[in-house]
Amino acid sequence: MGRYFRRKLLIYGITFFIAVTINFAIPRLMPGDPVARMLSRNAVSNPESSEALRSYFDNLFGLDVPMWQQYLNYWGALFQGDLGVSIFAFPSSVSSVVLDALPYTLALLLPSILLSWFVGNGLGAMAARNKLLDNTVLPIGYLFTAVPYMWLAILLAWTGGIILGWFPVAGGYSFALLPAPTWTFFVDLVQHWFLPFLSLFVVALGGWAIGMRNLVIYELESDYTNYMQALGAPQRLVRRYAFRNAMLPQISGLALQLGVVVGGALVTEAVFAYPGLGSLMLNAIQNQDFFLLQGILLFIVIGVLLFNFLADVVYVLVDPRTRLGLEGGQS
Amino acid sequence: MTNRRHVIALMAGTAVAATASACTDDSQGASGNPEDLSMGEFPRNQTLYTTGAAWAPPGDWNPITPGEVTGLRGLGFESLFLFDPQEAVLTPWLAESGSWTEELVYELKLRSGVKWSDGEQLTADDVKHTLEIGQIESVPYHNIWGWVESVEAVDDLTVRVNFTDARHQEWDNFLYSNVIVPEHVWSQYSEEDILTGTNEDPVVTGPYTIHSYDQDRVAWVKRDDWWATEHLDLEAKPTFIVDIVNTSNEVTLNMLMQSEVDLSNNFLPGITDLLEGQPALSTYFDGPPYMLPGNTAMLIPNTTLKPLDDPAFRRAMAFAISAGEVVDTVYGGMVAASNPTGLLPLWDRYVDQDVVAEHGFQFEPSKAADMLAAAGYEDNDGDGFVEDKDGNAFEFKLNVPAGWTDWEEASRSIASDLRDVGINVTEEFIDAAAVDDARTSGSFQLILNNQSGVSHSPWTHYRYMFQLPINEEQHDANFQRWESQEAWDLTEELAGTASDDPRFQEVLSELQRISLEELPAIPIWYNGIWAQASNQVWTNWPSEAEDTPDAYPCTWNGMWNMGAIYMITELKLAE
Repeated sequence: MGRYFRRKLLIYGITFFIAVTINFAIPRLMPGDPVARMLSRNAVSNPESSEALRSYFDNLFGLDVPMWQQYLNYWGALFQGDLGVSIFAFPSSVSSVVLDALPYTLALLLPSILLSWFVGNGLGAMAARNKLLDNTVLPIGYLFTAVPYMWLAILLAWTGGIILGWFPVAGGYSFALLPAPTWTFFVDLVQHWFLPFLSLFVVALGGWAIGMRNLVIYELESDYTNYMQALGAPQRLVRRYAFRNAMLPQISGLALQLGVVVGGALVTEAVFAYPGLGSLMLNAIQNQDFFLLQGILLFIVIGVLLFNFLADVVYVLVDPRTRLGLEGGQS
Repeated sequence: MTNRRHVIALMAGTAVAATASACTDDSQGASGNPEDLSMGEFPRNQTLYTTGAAWAPPGDWNPITPGEVTGLRGLGFESLFLFDPQEAVLTPWLAESGSWTEELVYELKLRSGVKWSDGEQLTADDVKHTLEIGQIESVPYHNIWGWVESVEAVDDLTVRVNFTDARHQEWDNFLYSNVIVPEHVWSQYSEEDILTGTNEDPVVTGPYTIHSYDQDRVAWVKRDDWWATEHLDLEAKPTFIVDIVNTSNEVTLNMLMQSEVDLSNNFLPGITDLLEGQPALSTYFDGPPYMLPGNTAMLIPNTTLKPLDDPAFRRAMAFAISAGEVVDTVYGGMVAASNPTGLLPLWDRYVDQDVVAEHGFQFEPSKAADMLAAAGYEDNDGDGFVEDKDGNAFEFKLNVPAGWTDWEEASRSIASDLRDVGINVTEEFIDAAAVDDARTSGSFQLILNNQSGVSHSPWTHYRYMFQLPINEEQHDANFQRWESQEAWDLTEELAGTASDDPRFQEVLSELQRISLEELPAIPIWYNGIWAQASNQVWTNWPSEAEDTPDAYPCTWNGMWNMGAIYMITELKLAE
């Protein structure tokens, strides 16, 4: 088993290296000059001193050295845990900008992904053997999954926020409140959180349910099921086996979803004007904030790798075939 | 100052917060001290909500370097003078007076009894220190040390500035657009702190100080010992000002309609259609152009390309373009057509009507076609478009940033006008950064640009138009890369001429003549100072009406020092 994980770790290591390199390259392949953009966005237009200012910032951001050296500096800083200074939110550091946004994103995405996964898989598995459920839940699931997310989110924001007026339309918490450990603040926080959460939950739910239903039906029609049924195994047992087998791809799917959690839900955050990493990433791209973009992408890379690794571990635990393969030393 | 990490701690343990909250409800909320952090909520009738100025999470309290939080220069830090755009003069602010005592000596008298928010007095040393910070090469106002020789603090309230060259217009620009920082704080700062520090918990002279902030907002709280209350009988009306970081147009509009926001300085397309049915919403003018003009949108031809290098060709283009079409169709009357000189209406007094009558232009397509023919541009290959003088066909792209929908529509209209008279121009929408690149490096054919805005002097407009030398990269001015030593010499002369000197108008008339004859850039319309206010909670917003203030109703950086601060002191609570 040790050999299996060593190999996995090596592959993750190489993936990390390549991903970080791409991270470095992509922002720099975009057209435009981030420093000029920052200065013009902030209306610094004193021509006589703008040259000095520009070269100062180029130097500050390390953009005045050749590309290969920028690349080496980038790795150097990375190992010291230094993600650099944000250009867009200058002079805040990238880590502080990202860490400020992270709680909102996690609070939004973790519950919506996990809940939709549990509920979706449950519903899907039940629908696979229940005609009534199959004819109600599934079409609704298809509908929510097929509807463009943007449209659904706007619809939710409009009905919940404007027509009914039950929920606020912007912000992480009311603009009139200060963060404090009070009941008022907590309720307000949840109110602002609910609609974006619901939109993500509903959309993901349908996808999981459909996937699970199809997988269970497939398993129920497979050879081993037929064989077990022929042997006279109880229906309960057959279904339990089918469910367990059907779970495997869903676990990989969940790992992937959780991995990109830190990337945030860009559209959600835009529609509900909710703070978080998604809108931050959009701003980073629009302002060519190399460092912020790199920082966010790095979080995504680490997230994807970490959760994939966890999925590997979980696989070993839940799938005896993997375990047997490992023990045979031939994975 | 509330730390925004509070919210992180809270969100990390919402369950803990929920249980803890039951016993720590905000019962102290009514203690009356606005800075009391236990007060959990801003009272609606004491709070002004604004949006439209901030794009990034607040994090910069440093007024020296670019990119500060909304209101830092104006609500917090203050300048020596304010610029009054109605009268186009500087009015004393932190300074009580200032004048040229000799040809190369300017003397400032400061107001007495101005207190910093930490209790210290504002003195001449603060002004001296602020000016001397400019000696650092990378400070944005380093330019003053090209012609300032030295600064002396004569006594506590008198500053004497010695010049090597009396650049009246440039010096005036410094006086109102740069703010004074406290010497007793800033002298402790290293060069790095000054250039890249955040200056958290700023020590200020202004009517407000930072209360709290988070990713999507910053809150200011009123100071009770603002000097202007005693000196000028002004009082800031809202106890709190909460500025919200920009979100999407839809969200901003919703918040405005529900009066969760009192003032939006966003460009909200189609807002004029909503005004009819929303009596609580108001803009500066009741009818077109609704908004005050803020800058001039110009068509910039790359004058290094044939035939855009020919003034006759450029003038023909000017006659072909219908500014009225842009104003009415694209903007629905939210903007106004530009004066042919490109000078903003606040400089109307400087427009030489004789020069305009002789050299101006207006929308007249038939004349444009005649001018093209007269200058030797003809369509010989019969494709409907003229060729250049060597008989070569040409096709120009008019580039605007993709996603700037109003500019996209405007460029569509302009290109179609030009095609109507036989000039082959098509609009093309590319990434905003790519437009920046093209503009800076001169690798464009035609672009739109509006970087010449409201200021104290038309000198800034001509600097934008004519600046020399032309570098490989042009960042702020002369994007059309048009070289005229004569025009630039006159602009430099203007910089050193006082506005009340008769020579000032002579130089300006000459500059207008050159810009109209040569038309290196074609002024089309005035972009607005977008402002839509809700009158549900606060009223008496600046407007054209007699009994309301005339200040700019605007929270953008730089606007406070152009009088927008008076908006805050004139607001009234709605009945």
